[in-house]
Amino acid sequence: MNSGRCAACKHLRRRCPSDCVFSPYFPANNPRRFAYVHKIYGASNVGKILLDLPVNRRAEAADSLYYEAYCRIKDPVYGCVGLITILHQQIHNAQCQLARIQAEIGALSTQSQSEVQQFQQVENVGPSFLPDQNGVPNSTSFYDLSTWFD
Amino acid sequence: MSSSSSYNSPCAACKFLRRKCIPGCIFAPYFPPEEPQKFANVHKIFGASNVTKLLNELLPHQREDAVNSLAYEAEARVRDPVYGCVGAISFLQRQVERLQKELDAANADLIRFACNDIQAAGQLPPPAAPQAVASTHMVPAQQPRPAGGWGGRFYQTPSFPVIPYSSMPWNDNYNPHGGVDGSI
Repeated sequence: MNSGRCAACKHLRRRCPSDCVFSPYFPANNPRRFAYVHKIYGASNVGKILLDLPVNRRAEAADSLYYEAYCRIKDPVYGCVGLITILHQQIHNAQCQLARIQAEIGALSTQSQSEVQQFQQVENVGPSFLPDQNGVPNSTSFYDLSTWFD
Repeated sequence: MSSSSSYNSPCAACKFLRRKCIPGCIFAPYFPPEEPQKFANVHKIFGASNVTKLLNELLPHQREDAVNSLAYEAEARVRDPVYGCVGAISFLQRQVERLQKELDAANADLIRFACNDIQAAGQLPPPAAPQAVASTHMVPAQQPRPAGGWGGRFYQTPSFPVIPYSSMPWNDNYNPHGGVDGSI
C-alpha cells in the first residue's frame, strides 16, 4: 500500500506501521528532509536517537538533525561547525568594534566636559562683574571684559 | 595525524569494531588508539559506514578537518541529544543579535555626542566630527533556507544559511510539512 507512508518508509521502501517513529517528523510531502538525514546519519541511527528521547522532544531533535545534515551536505568538510566558527569570529569582531566606539565616546565625553568647564569659567566671571541686587558693583570679582569686545 | 595500522596497536576505530586494522585503514590517521571516545561518539551518531562514505568523498587533505568536525558534532549530540550543535549555534546567534543592537546604540550615542559637541561649542570652532564606526551589519543571506518552516531573516555566511533563534522550529514557526526548496 503506497498511500499513507511517511517519507522515511517510502525512502526505505517498507511498510509504514501505525507506530512508525519517523512519520510525525518526516512527512511524505517533504522527501528531501529524510533523504538528507538518512545520507548523513543513517535511518537506524536516527531511529535510535528519536526513540531515546521522550515524545515531546522528538520534533525538535528531528529538526536539528535535519539542519545538521543539511549543513554537512552543503559543506562536507566542516558541516555546521564551520558556522560556529564564523559566529565566534563575528562576535569577536563586534566586541572589538563596540570597545572602539565606547572608547571614542569616552574621549568625546572627556573633551566636551573640559570645554563646558572652560565655558562656565568665562560665564561665571561675567555675571559676578555685574552689580548685585542692590546695585552695588561686585568689586571682588572684577574682570576686564573689554578684550571680549575688541 | 597518527597511523597505527602497521606495527602498533590498531586504531581506535578498528579496536572498537573489533577488526584487523589493515595498512591504509581510512580511519587510522584520524582516530588514534589513545582517543577511543572520539570514535565511539562518531560511531554512535553517524555510524562507521557513513563516516567511511563521507571521507571517501573528500580529498585526503580535507579529511582531518572533516573528522574533527564530525567528532565535534557527535560529541555535541551525545551531550545534547535534542539540539546537538544547533543549540550552540542558536546561542551564538543570539549573542550576535545582542551585540548588533549594542553596536547600533553605541553608534547612535557617538553621533549624538558629536552633534551635541558642535552645538555646545557655540562660538568655538566645531570639533572634527568623529567617524561613526560602521557596525557589523549582517546582510540577510541570499541562499534559501532549509525546508521545515524556518522563516525570518538570516545572517550571511559564506556557504550556508544561519537560523535565527526566533525562527527555530521549536518556536511558534515550526512546520515539519514545509516544502522542499530544492536549493541543494
